[in-house]
Amino acid sequence: MTTTLEAPAPVRAPVTVGRRYLAAGTFIVLGLIDIFVFGVFAHRGDAVFALSLPGATPKLPGIHVPGAPAAYVLGVISIGLGILRAVVDLPRWGKRLSIAIVLLCFLISLLAWADAGSSVGPLQVIDLLQGTLTASIPLVLGALAGLMCERSGVINIAIEGQLLIGAFTAAAVASVTGGVWLGLLGGSLAGGLVGIILAIFAITFLVDQIIVGVVLDVIALGMTNYLYNRVMVPYANTFNAGNTFGTVKIPVLGNIPVIGPVFFDSNVFLYITYALIVVIQIALFRTRWGLRVRAVGEHPTAADTVGIRVVWTRYRNVILGGLIAGIGGAYLTVGSVGFFTSDISSGFGYIALAAMIFGRWTPLGSVAAALLFGFSYQLQTELSVLRVPVSSFILLMAPYVATIIAVAGLVGRVRPPAADGKPYVKA
Amino acid sequence: MTDQNEAEPPAEPSAAPYVASETATTVDAGAPAPDQPRGRQPLTGNAIIQAVTEGHSVVITILAVFVALLVGAVLIVASDPVVLRAWDSFGYAPGTAFSATWDSVSAAYSALFEGAIFSPATISAAFHGGSVAAIFYPLSLTAFEATPLILTGLSVAVCFRAGMFNIGAAGQWVGGALVATWLGYAVNLPIVLHAVVCIIGAFVGGALIGWIVGEIKARTGAHEVILTIMLNYVMYNFLAFLLSSRGLLQAPGQTNAVAPNIKANAFLPHVGGPPPQVGVGFLIALAAAGATSWLLSRSTTGFEFRAVGASPSAARSAGISVERVWVLAFLIAGGLAGLSASTIVLGQTAPLTTNSYGTYGFDGITVALLGRARPLGVVLAGLLFGALNAGGTVMEAATGVPSDVTNVIEALIVLLVAAPPLIRALFRLRGTGGAGPQAVASKGWSG
Repeated sequence: MTTTLEAPAPVRAPVTVGRRYLAAGTFIVLGLIDIFVFGVFAHRGDAVFALSLPGATPKLPGIHVPGAPAAYVLGVISIGLGILRAVVDLPRWGKRLSIAIVLLCFLISLLAWADAGSSVGPLQVIDLLQGTLTASIPLVLGALAGLMCERSGVINIAIEGQLLIGAFTAAAVASVTGGVWLGLLGGSLAGGLVGIILAIFAITFLVDQIIVGVVLDVIALGMTNYLYNRVMVPYANTFNAGNTFGTVKIPVLGNIPVIGPVFFDSNVFLYITYALIVVIQIALFRTRWGLRVRAVGEHPTAADTVGIRVVWTRYRNVILGGLIAGIGGAYLTVGSVGFFTSDISSGFGYIALAAMIFGRWTPLGSVAAALLFGFSYQLQTELSVLRVPVSSFILLMAPYVATIIAVAGLVGRVRPPAADGKPYVKA
Repeated sequence: MTDQNEAEPPAEPSAAPYVASETATTVDAGAPAPDQPRGRQPLTGNAIIQAVTEGHSVVITILAVFVALLVGAVLIVASDPVVLRAWDSFGYAPGTAFSATWDSVSAAYSALFEGAIFSPATISAAFHGGSVAAIFYPLSLTAFEATPLILTGLSVAVCFRAGMFNIGAAGQWVGGALVATWLGYAVNLPIVLHAVVCIIGAFVGGALIGWIVGEIKARTGAHEVILTIMLNYVMYNFLAFLLSSRGLLQAPGQTNAVAPNIKANAFLPHVGGPPPQVGVGFLIALAAAGATSWLLSRSTTGFEFRAVGASPSAARSAGISVERVWVLAFLIAGGLAGLSASTIVLGQTAPLTTNSYGTYGFDGITVALLGRARPLGVVLAGLLFGALNAGGTVMEAATGVPSDVTNVIEALIVLLVAAPPLIRALFRLRGTGGAGPQAVASKGWSG
């Protein structure tokens, strides 16, 4: 009844005059930092980017970059692009390309500055990229889980809770049964169970979806903390033995230099993640199933009129999302450290949520955003290995500041699925 | 939907459908809303019986607390080795199984009650020459625990009323804590004045962090959920950075992340002698709730908040500056979260550390939800959660049941209160189906 009254009520943002100039200004500032921070304060000597892990065969030669001159050149490129951006209204791909180039310039000059003259040795590029991917796995899976729900019109703030419950269950099941695959399955099912609860309250009982999500997060945290302290700590050998998956190297692809060790020499979670990204991207945008899901998320009344079962579609997607987030949770225990610890997901679910919004509710966008977070996290680790004289807390702060700048300056207003968060009541 | 006691801002006629669709997406607009008291009825016996059988919202809340405690009891029992062993031998000693179950639950919950409300032992002790004040000690702990929760709850509630979701009370809390700590140790002022300056400073510090969110949202349209989540992480790391950097906010001679102790003049005085712990902080929280209530219900600004919360487009066409409301709401929300920090920083003897922020910011969300984003409701919800927290600590110490179970209970209460049809179905109440009063007019992401 009331859903039919939902006339489009666009809330206009204040006219964002100068989004272009904001981007141009950001480019120029980054270029100036390249020159006057990383260039001027560069140590003497070359920065070395090692392209193969120590002891790997075949061993590739490292790339030598002179610290200061590289930063000057890259800074000038960034400033040039900034001026170009301010003067010319670039086409869409041009804007994206220019952002990518400027960020890359900034990154290379940062790394060159960090490594030049360092006593620790070359910068392990493979380590950095490998770490980026593994750090991104829970974020990517969490973002995909959120996406599955929200494309069908149900807001999922419970990603954090699904990760946490998934991690707990996976550790416990793997520990009790001794089978890591059972742990993975258990973690996934536990995430799905949280999805079912979310669906029951959000879809059937029409409870505000943000409330249910937040509350489920709190319940998941309280429940896992409680059981961890009550059961896992006293009986650690039985319930928290720390079983993990081994790494699986893909036969041919894994031997390619650089690409092999980064993309094809990891444990099964990375491969599951690849598969899910591809499947969800295709399923959502190239199949009838996906069209229906999106129809339900955009205009449930219209979807209902043509015979799509709105409630069933939403239930299914929310549960599927829960299963995916559960896998992400399982990664945190059986996929990496093995042991469950209190609040092991430590906010990954919220970062995944931000990645999904940042990625504009698309699988590929979400993956890109999740990779950005994973990369920043790993970068901070690498930089502290190189003993960069900057507090690690400042480095840890960087990705979040970058996101704020990106959301404010580069992305701005994003448009969620039209019926996201609105319960559907048949008229 | 909102209480009927509180006038909803009358939207323009043309905008009425939007208001209806946004605040009452789920409530069948044709039927009378089942949960609303029909005006103020005299509290006769019939009215009470009717309220109980039809599931008045107070009844729903009481039943929700009951169900949540029941689930908590199941958790306590299911993880108690003694009880599990007793159930293993259910075949030969069924009585033992039941008595072990009862003992486990009653020990935990009576410790919870004694830690939160009062302990009978203190009354008999008072008759035998003990301290009378000791009787009120558990209650004062409840108030003490409730203080920061009420303030962060108000912070979240103000944003809810303006149609926004503030996950950032934690970051704003840190902003307030930093300023309060710095003013507390770096400045020399006379007694009362010093505390007042610190409290105002904390409000300003929190408000600054809130303002950043509102300002970015108003200028660029970026979503406040992302902004607040990100700012939380920024503020945590900023706090850790300041506390671990020599010469910034680290206590001299320390290698840990600890701030210096604040000066004695800046501490909030405690009320009523040593055993009861309740401090001036609690009075600050109550005053803030009163001020927020006045702001939301009686002031022009509050009217604008609620109008924007009900429908931004209708508010805009009525000539209200939506952007200004966003900025102002986040400014005030941040200030309230900062006040919450001041009650911790100035109310405790322990200096600020990276663990001080606890979960106040996040708990504020559940408190605001349970309190239906009404200041009075927030105070009551904060007291309930404060009681559970205070009792949980005592319960853990007395029986070894981890106090985390109280967090589960709290969250379950919020969840069940939000779903009256479920409670009605569980207790076979007569009230009609449909959604209950929505605690918050949620508009998803598109607010």
